[in-house]
Amino acid sequence: MSMQPENTVPALRPIELRRNVADLVQPDRVHTSLYTDPALFQAEMEAIFHNTWVWVAHESEVPEAGNYKTHWVGKQPVIVVRDRKGQINVLLNRCRHRGATVCEGKKGKTNSFVCPYHGWSYAHDGSLRGVPAPDSYGDTLDKSQYPLISLRTESHAGMVFATFKQDIQPLRDHLGPARKWIDLFMKQGGGYPVKARGTHRFRFPGNWKIQLENTTDAYHFPVVHKSFLSSVDEQTKKVFNFLGNPGFVEDLGNGHSVSVMIPELVDLDADLDLPIPGRFEALAAALREEGHPEEQVRRIVRAVGGTGFNLNIFPNIACSMSFFRVLQPIAVDETEVHHIALTMEGGPEAANQARLRLHEHFQGPMGFGTPDDGEAWERVQKGVAAGTDLWILVNRGLPGEVRTPDGLKSDVSAETGMRGAYREWLRLMTA
Amino acid sequence: MTTQLLQEATAFLWTEGDMLDRREYSAWLDLWSEDGLYVVPVDPLETDFFNSLNYANDDADMRRLRVERLTGGESISVSPAPRTVRQISRVRIVGEEAGVVTVRSAQLLSEFRKNGVRSSAADVEYRLLRAGPGFKLQRKVVRLVNADDPQMIVGFIY
Repeated sequence: MSMQPENTVPALRPIELRRNVADLVQPDRVHTSLYTDPALFQAEMEAIFHNTWVWVAHESEVPEAGNYKTHWVGKQPVIVVRDRKGQINVLLNRCRHRGATVCEGKKGKTNSFVCPYHGWSYAHDGSLRGVPAPDSYGDTLDKSQYPLISLRTESHAGMVFATFKQDIQPLRDHLGPARKWIDLFMKQGGGYPVKARGTHRFRFPGNWKIQLENTTDAYHFPVVHKSFLSSVDEQTKKVFNFLGNPGFVEDLGNGHSVSVMIPELVDLDADLDLPIPGRFEALAAALREEGHPEEQVRRIVRAVGGTGFNLNIFPNIACSMSFFRVLQPIAVDETEVHHIALTMEGGPEAANQARLRLHEHFQGPMGFGTPDDGEAWERVQKGVAAGTDLWILVNRGLPGEVRTPDGLKSDVSAETGMRGAYREWLRLMTA
Repeated sequence: MTTQLLQEATAFLWTEGDMLDRREYSAWLDLWSEDGLYVVPVDPLETDFFNSLNYANDDADMRRLRVERLTGGESISVSPAPRTVRQISRVRIVGEEAGVVTVRSAQLLSEFRKNGVRSSAADVEYRLLRAGPGFKLQRKVVRLVNADDPQMIVGFIY
């Protein structure tokens, strides 16, 4: 890697193969270097992660004043904290004095952020409240000039996003048609607010975009997840037979896309009179026992398994059937993934336990699904060490692709979502 | 607490660990009582394993399905299967009530699959149900020291 200062425009820097960045994404393929070039990775952190809306939290993770979680925007550590006015602030986790992090917990509750090094203390909105022994500064330290740096923060349906780019379009416009899919996703509260309830964190030795692609890739499911499919009943296996379902993938613009694998589970408030699937009969009986009226039983049971779609929001968050998938790039060939389990806040314990057990069944490092995904992604990163000037094909479903009011649409196993993501990647990298 | 009970419990823990390292999974399944629970919590301090998220929360059905997954040849993450060697030590009898002996131990596990050796450390709590001359495993809680940190994928049983 070159020793250029970080503030040069990285998108214009020639990469290893001396190709221009603009030539690396074609309508039907992307160049291998997108997975392998460290210079390109550095450029992405600036050109993408510092120039778009990046997901940082679901509001249920910081329910009350003083509740915080630590996260990242690109490679920069941030604190997401709710203040006494109820507003959620996203603050760079760096003391303005000599740079130490002011918060190390993954989540918690605090009255203030106190730097462990010299004791500078900051309020929930980032303002510098006090410094020990201020006399030495005389009148040279204007505290109002040294708050924790605050990022522009907006949210939709409890999804909190932050950005370094002050003049970016509002989150509402950035999400565009993805908003209605977020709203559909939140119906899995079954009439209760959706609540984040625990996170599986794992890493795999591969580029972050390999995972990004996977979220709208129904094509891999019957191949990679054979052992999961063998562990469920016949009826469930049929529901998960995505390639045999009349689903679709739709590119929603701005890099976002949705993969509808189980069309009958798009709107969880609809079709409440459908028969209850066998695997949820015991839950339905338990809810009836607790005295829930039949309509509520059906609503909760229908919501308990999550939605029938994966919504990919570029660059780092997915509303994936029943959980949030968060992407955190670590290095060109290493990625951290969080699978955040969701429950119904204040909902029946039996339903929430069912949701947690379903999450454990597929997700996480010991799930019946995730480890096989991880193996496949690792194999991609190993494989692309060969044929360094070859291309990654994302042309599946092109012949059947049609234009819709929201974007482009093709069959359930089309790579339409990936093409949309790479179009946005290219736009940001060459802006 | 008698030395004999410590010896009996330790012998059981070692047998269980040896079965897992040798992937003698059907024998391992037989060690359990029908109502047994195998748990790997995400929060090492967690005590309510039903209302919280775990890496694994296996009743008898899920243990059987997990074994099928690990041995069925359909999972690319366990083909080849990882090799593991575990040491179980620092065994302490915590107490005994109504025929259930609670035991705590330290477990250091080394794993190799194809990308070098990886290690993990865990505090493991067992509930051993007295059954005839021996025990049945009623609960095993594996508290990884780094449970709340990012994990790598796991193709074996802790």
